[in-house]
Amino acid sequence: MDLRICHLYPDLLNLYGDRGNLLTLAARARWRGIEVVVDPVGIGDMLPPGRHDLYFIGGGEDRQQRLAAADLVARKADALRDAAGRGAVVLAVCGGYQLLGHYYRPAVGEDLPGLGLLDVVTVHPGPRARRLIGNVVVRSPLAGGMTLVGFENHGGRTYLGPGAAPLGRVVAGYGNNGEDGTEGAVRGHVYGTYLHGPLLPKNPAFADHLLRAALRVRHGEVALAPLDDGLEAAAHEAAAARATAGRR
Amino acid sequence: MGWDGVRLAAAVAAGRLAASLSRWLRLGGGTTVPGRVARVLHPEVVSRLAARLGRGCVVVTGTNGKTTTARLVGHILARAGIAVVHNRAGANLAAGVAAALVERVAPGDRPEDRAGVFEVDEATLPALQTSLRPRVAVLLNLFRDQLDRYGEIDLLSSRWREALAEQAGGAAVVYNADDPLVADVGREVRGLQIPFGIADVSCGTAVLEHAADARYCYRCGRPYRYEVVYFGHMGQYRCPRCGIERPAPVVAARDVELRGLEGTAFTLSTPEGDRRVRTVLPGLYNVHNVLAAAAACLRLEVPVDVIARAVEEFRPAFGRAERVRVDGREAVLLLAKNPAGFNEVLRTVLHPRSVGGREPVLLVAINDLTADGRDVSWLWDVDAEMLAGRVGLVVVSGLRAYDMALRLKYAGIPQMHLVVQPDLEAAWEAAVQAAADGCVYVLPTYTALLGLRAILRRRGLVRGFWED
Repeated sequence: MDLRICHLYPDLLNLYGDRGNLLTLAARARWRGIEVVVDPVGIGDMLPPGRHDLYFIGGGEDRQQRLAAADLVARKADALRDAAGRGAVVLAVCGGYQLLGHYYRPAVGEDLPGLGLLDVVTVHPGPRARRLIGNVVVRSPLAGGMTLVGFENHGGRTYLGPGAAPLGRVVAGYGNNGEDGTEGAVRGHVYGTYLHGPLLPKNPAFADHLLRAALRVRHGEVALAPLDDGLEAAAHEAAAARATAGRR
Repeated sequence: MGWDGVRLAAAVAAGRLAASLSRWLRLGGGTTVPGRVARVLHPEVVSRLAARLGRGCVVVTGTNGKTTTARLVGHILARAGIAVVHNRAGANLAAGVAAALVERVAPGDRPEDRAGVFEVDEATLPALQTSLRPRVAVLLNLFRDQLDRYGEIDLLSSRWREALAEQAGGAAVVYNADDPLVADVGREVRGLQIPFGIADVSCGTAVLEHAADARYCYRCGRPYRYEVVYFGHMGQYRCPRCGIERPAPVVAARDVELRGLEGTAFTLSTPEGDRRVRTVLPGLYNVHNVLAAAAACLRLEVPVDVIARAVEEFRPAFGRAERVRVDGREAVLLLAKNPAGFNEVLRTVLHPRSVGGREPVLLVAINDLTADGRDVSWLWDVDAEMLAGRVGLVVVSGLRAYDMALRLKYAGIPQMHLVVQPDLEAAWEAAVQAAADGCVYVLPTYTALLGLRAILRRRGLVRGFWED
């Protein structure tokens, strides 16, 4: 059995240890005897539709995000729409999440059009607005009975439309916009979130949920053998404790 | 003495009193409180006292190497017979600089023959540049660090550019030619430009490591083409589109011989002549620090022979390759606070001359307090994979011990080689025990280093950092 992962813009959108997500997905698949290929796909590269089971996009600085946004809409839109259509997994974190929505309205300058794969819009409330920074804990049905933990750092506020469900509810931290208690967005197997940290190492149940969904695309229902997640659980606990301690 | 003079004198007196009190009450080294007190009484205390330093000021900034470089400058100047006012303990925000000035410069003194040497936080440079009006500004490097505090390194470099655009005509900027982000700032400033860099392609690697930041040309957005990469994004580079390339260094290191933790030897090449120097400071990153200090001191007319001798006898700052003897063993404290620095420290530890065929014992202590950066995602930008199959034992500790343990697990370090002990004192004991008759390499973040040194100080193994 094999899994094909596409890592979009690894050189540009890699601000917050994002490669930890790829390392986690690849290791957890290989430990179960599944072969894994990770293809880095950058600016100007062709992205053939139908090749990959899972697509990952990370976050970057403003300049890098602008470069990526233009390329994403111009060259990668067909493959990603096709992916969403056939149930392949798309996971986008922070800046990448914003690019999956309809648009990103920056503090100054023109709107950055997104792919519209998620029914969300993101608005930056102005250069003097406070960034939303800190540890986050989110209650989510996809966390395998636990919570999702991570760290967020974003100026933009994301608002969900009727076609998007939140990834979870904020227990500690800000989430999408610091107002409505939602975090992230889901449609089918397209996932957007502000949680880095990185996201997947400390949230192994969610990592396995993504693996099962990605494997289903070409291999049908796959039962994943259980792993020893003692360290993962302990790191999750420690991060959750820091999130509550941080609310001083 | 006018009213302003009275206020200034009062600010200095109150600052000094606060320093004595703080030490007497054992609240710590009194490295910032006196500055805060003085600034309340006279907001311009920094510019007023700095203006009295007849030899002028040197400021040192950058992500990594500030403390070591500023101490090198201070040491070289002292050897040249110039008295120095210096924020030695690494308190590098405005209050720390004010504290150093308050303690060493009084309104009545005539400090004509003194120089100021100040390490300055990279985000604080713009504010202090205006009040210190330095004769020499040293720009070391820009790495990704503490994203929760500073946002983005692009933003930092543009703030530096603005701050330095206003500097006085006679001032000089010493900058790292090997760092494209820093060179972009340095080559545009007014005044004298003194680029420094490594001129030895044999110490490079062929590929950019994961922690490399400035892959893209600042002007045109094309990826730089590197002829050689030293570490991080340091190297000899050129933009294939607009042709911008690494400036030729005026002060350079040739024939570099890295000897792991035993230190480094190289030929210090300057317009005043070349000298072969040996330093106990390990790693290529410290070659940059020595070059920067040498270039700054040359600008202050220190003879190259004095510089070379002073570099050879220099001993590092606390926690920067600081050696501690314990029960017939040795521990080396190696501050590691961001991916680029962490990678360089790992490479130095794993150098054949450091470990001599043994599998080393490491103590890695990760905290996530404000001074460390609250976001620990940077651990995943560390190339921890280089440890796989090459370490005996890694003890992980600190508030984020489990994050580090997880990083090592996914880097392929077997769990039998891992011990998680969040309590720092217990972790120290476990690591020293495991080292048998060898050496423990300690890699702490900033507050973990302070915490560990407090433990070692209680045990009589090191002195307080403010006594150092």
